[in-house]
Amino acid sequence: MGYKTLIGIEIHVELMTKKKMFCNCKNEFGGDANTHVCPVCLGLPGALPVMDKEALEFSIRAGLAFNSEIEKEVRTDRKNYFYPDLTKGYQISQADLPLCKGGHLDIEIEDKVKRINLDRIHIEEDTGKQLHTEDGVSLLDFNRCGVPLIEIVTKPDINSAEEARLFLEKLRSTIKYIGISDVRMEEGSLRCDVNINVIDDERKLKTKITEVKNLNSFRSVVKAIEFEENRHRELLDKGENTDNETRRWDETLNKTAIMRRKFGASDYRFANEGDLPLIKIEDSYLEEIKNNLPELPHEKKMRFISDYSLSHYDAEVLTGSRELALFFEESYKYVGDSKLLSNWIMGDVLRRLKEEDTQIDELSITPKDLATLILMVKDGKINTNTGKKVLKDMIDTGNSPEEIVKTQGLIQISDEVELEEIVKKTLDNNPQSIEDFKNGKDRAIGFLMGQIMKETKGKANPQMVNKMLLEKINLR
Amino acid sequence: MEISSLKAWEMIEKLLNKEISAEEILSSHLARIEKVEKDINAFITIDRENAIKAAKRVDEKIANGENVGILAGLPVGLKDNIMTKDLRTTCASKMLENFIPPYDATVVRMIRNNDGIILGKTNMDEFAMGGSTETSYFGNTKNPRNLDIVPGGSSGGSAAAVAANEVPVSLGSDTGGSVRQPASYCGVVGLKPTYGMVSRYGVTPMSNSLDQIGTFARDVKDAYLMLKGISGFDPLDGTSSKKAGINFSLENANLKGLKIALPIEYRDLKVTGDEEIRLLFQDALSVFEREGAIIEYVSLPHLKYALETYYIISTAEVSTNLSRLDGIRYGYRTENYETLDELYTMSRTEAFGEETKRRIMMGTYALSAGYQDEHYKKALKVRTLIKNDYDKTFKDFDVILSLTSPILPFPFDSIVNSPVDMYKADLYTVPVNLAGLCAMSLPMGEVNNLPVGLQITGNRFQEEKIIKAGYAFEKVVK
Repeated sequence: MGYKTLIGIEIHVELMTKKKMFCNCKNEFGGDANTHVCPVCLGLPGALPVMDKEALEFSIRAGLAFNSEIEKEVRTDRKNYFYPDLTKGYQISQADLPLCKGGHLDIEIEDKVKRINLDRIHIEEDTGKQLHTEDGVSLLDFNRCGVPLIEIVTKPDINSAEEARLFLEKLRSTIKYIGISDVRMEEGSLRCDVNINVIDDERKLKTKITEVKNLNSFRSVVKAIEFEENRHRELLDKGENTDNETRRWDETLNKTAIMRRKFGASDYRFANEGDLPLIKIEDSYLEEIKNNLPELPHEKKMRFISDYSLSHYDAEVLTGSRELALFFEESYKYVGDSKLLSNWIMGDVLRRLKEEDTQIDELSITPKDLATLILMVKDGKINTNTGKKVLKDMIDTGNSPEEIVKTQGLIQISDEVELEEIVKKTLDNNPQSIEDFKNGKDRAIGFLMGQIMKETKGKANPQMVNKMLLEKINLR
Repeated sequence: MEISSLKAWEMIEKLLNKEISAEEILSSHLARIEKVEKDINAFITIDRENAIKAAKRVDEKIANGENVGILAGLPVGLKDNIMTKDLRTTCASKMLENFIPPYDATVVRMIRNNDGIILGKTNMDEFAMGGSTETSYFGNTKNPRNLDIVPGGSSGGSAAAVAANEVPVSLGSDTGGSVRQPASYCGVVGLKPTYGMVSRYGVTPMSNSLDQIGTFARDVKDAYLMLKGISGFDPLDGTSSKKAGINFSLENANLKGLKIALPIEYRDLKVTGDEEIRLLFQDALSVFEREGAIIEYVSLPHLKYALETYYIISTAEVSTNLSRLDGIRYGYRTENYETLDELYTMSRTEAFGEETKRRIMMGTYALSAGYQDEHYKKALKVRTLIKNDYDKTFKDFDVILSLTSPILPFPFDSIVNSPVDMYKADLYTVPVNLAGLCAMSLPMGEVNNLPVGLQITGNRFQEEKIIKAGYAFEKVVK
């Protein structure tokens, strides 16, 4: 089969600037309806937009992070259409001259690097929100009006659902790295639409592009792509074709359904936004932003490999988010043993994150506390198994490891006299095991060790007990 | 002599000398309004109560020996497209018949800060589209010089109010001549400053790349005073210039050595009738020459495309600027709708007047896919060529002289129904807006007892040159 899937993605990212894009209203998610509004974002007659410097800077950061070419003269346009959540009857956006031209993002798939090229990144303002009540009343909340957005448009370089997922994850982590958005899909600060079609090289056939909207998570992006991919292929198999249409992903039915047909391109009657003068981007300004750009994921990964002697894989995982990388580096300052630290983080910590589908900065555990715990284990104050339990408690309660160990009396028993007493008692009580051992059954030691741990509630220093047991048993 | 027939600067002098009070200034104008307004209909809304309060505050300040602003005690008329907090602002449209803005335009704030008094909101063509104030939803404004004649437009109410001594000064907006042409028709001074000189924040846009607030006054000195009071950089307007504001005095203004350009293109144009206007213009030129000015003909080859360029760009902008008036959040909403599309269509159909609809349609067409390259985008290019012509001219010349309007003020209903003739009358005024220049219209004589205006055009931020030239000319001809 010569089928090939072509996928292009449009991603809207809300920038977390202090103010809205064109007025002094607070840019904040939530809040009572219509409380973050003013004449400008409400589009009252006579009110004028003024470009927020931070919004422009954040957008340029994105362009630089994605290797785009930054336009020297920034022009904005009016995209004209009527919709109740659009207060001016036009959206301030960019038509022919986007702020950032081209660009790319590399993903790793099956141990190979694949480049996904970008078409453009442009700036625009967000619209308000409509709420439809059950009794047929439509309510409008304009708090989101004028929140700065960037729209990132890829070339159709993505060929599978898996590539799409990897691309979006890399994109999300890069945006978080450069600190311009919290990229939360559930709050709508990252939204994406997928354009997809399938071509058959052998038969020189291709399906018409469908656009899929209403994608609320990366999981739904993957499922929607898989669904559409199959639908397109099946139609081609039957000698049929798709329609140029916009479809919506239905999360409950696990399928896409038609929203509307596309008859030619929509006519937005783009016109210059004369209220915002041309902004000249000086080279020195660009240089300044470039210099202040934080380390990007790839650079960080390479540094982790060389600075901490980590494996390629470990470095990839640990730099997967800026927060996780920061957590590692902070903890390292106390632990000083990168292999030990990465084992703890990549093992118990990440397992917990995965279980709870959360991020490291949302866990109630500090790098210093984790480091303290690891050192307690390393120094033999508690044993490894206790350490794992303490970590779980730390995450559950937010308490420090010292506190947990102290209140639960978990300090490892390493006192020779005390341990000898316990070992003696255990041997006295288990003559059969001594016999078994002497008859060559090594696992009798394991049983005895178990008995001792039971006796000490797991606090006995296992290395000491092991040594003692072997000594004493041979004396009997 | 009635206070209301004094010049604004005379009123302020007397106020500061404590010969008269701000309340007296105001009541003199209120009396005048009482007498003539029923004939003139210059105002849509008059705010007596707040004006009286404001006048009292000015008097208190003076009594307390406090400093007062440069517009102290001056009653001001505002074109009704300038937002006034808590005071109805209609744009002379049914669409905004009951619209009460929650905020003040920057110019309004500046007038208040300078102790000027907002007396009322003046009549205009609907959304500033028209040249006769006949497209207003609130009836015609009459020309105080002859009640059968239009006051011009679109700022006809502001021009008439000053001409009829209802206010000493007023503000209008000028997108293609909407201050200068009514000034010419009513026999007063109309000043359109450089684009970026006066904040547009809070002024309902008609064509936002062309609009500029302008002043009406009974002499050049008053226009100068008013400009001083309202110009300056405004961080709320992205197109406001850091160069905005004026800082010069009128002393020693003269015409000696003033280099004047006359566009050949205007000389060669065959404009309808009105030969007497041309003779008047020749007389004015000889005054300038006699006073030592140097006059030369120059060519601005792209001027001949100015009207077409203007009507494409301005209507394109109109179509997007008026999109926000959709019946959803404020303004008129139809009762005849079931679907969202019907709500939009019927609200706009029922609330907009004919001229407004015509321009929205033309602008929508000019911006439509498949047409915008040969209309809108081409017009933007021609606009640059026109601008370049002016830039070249102003390298060698101080000002350009022309008529303000090629025709005499006309009777009601005479050309309002021939839109193209109406548009053609903007010939001398629209290029100034396309190039973002400053220009002033001032009376230079009469034909058939109707006033005729002379237009003095200057380069961007060269208000000093046109105002001084106008001031010197005015002195000679009076």
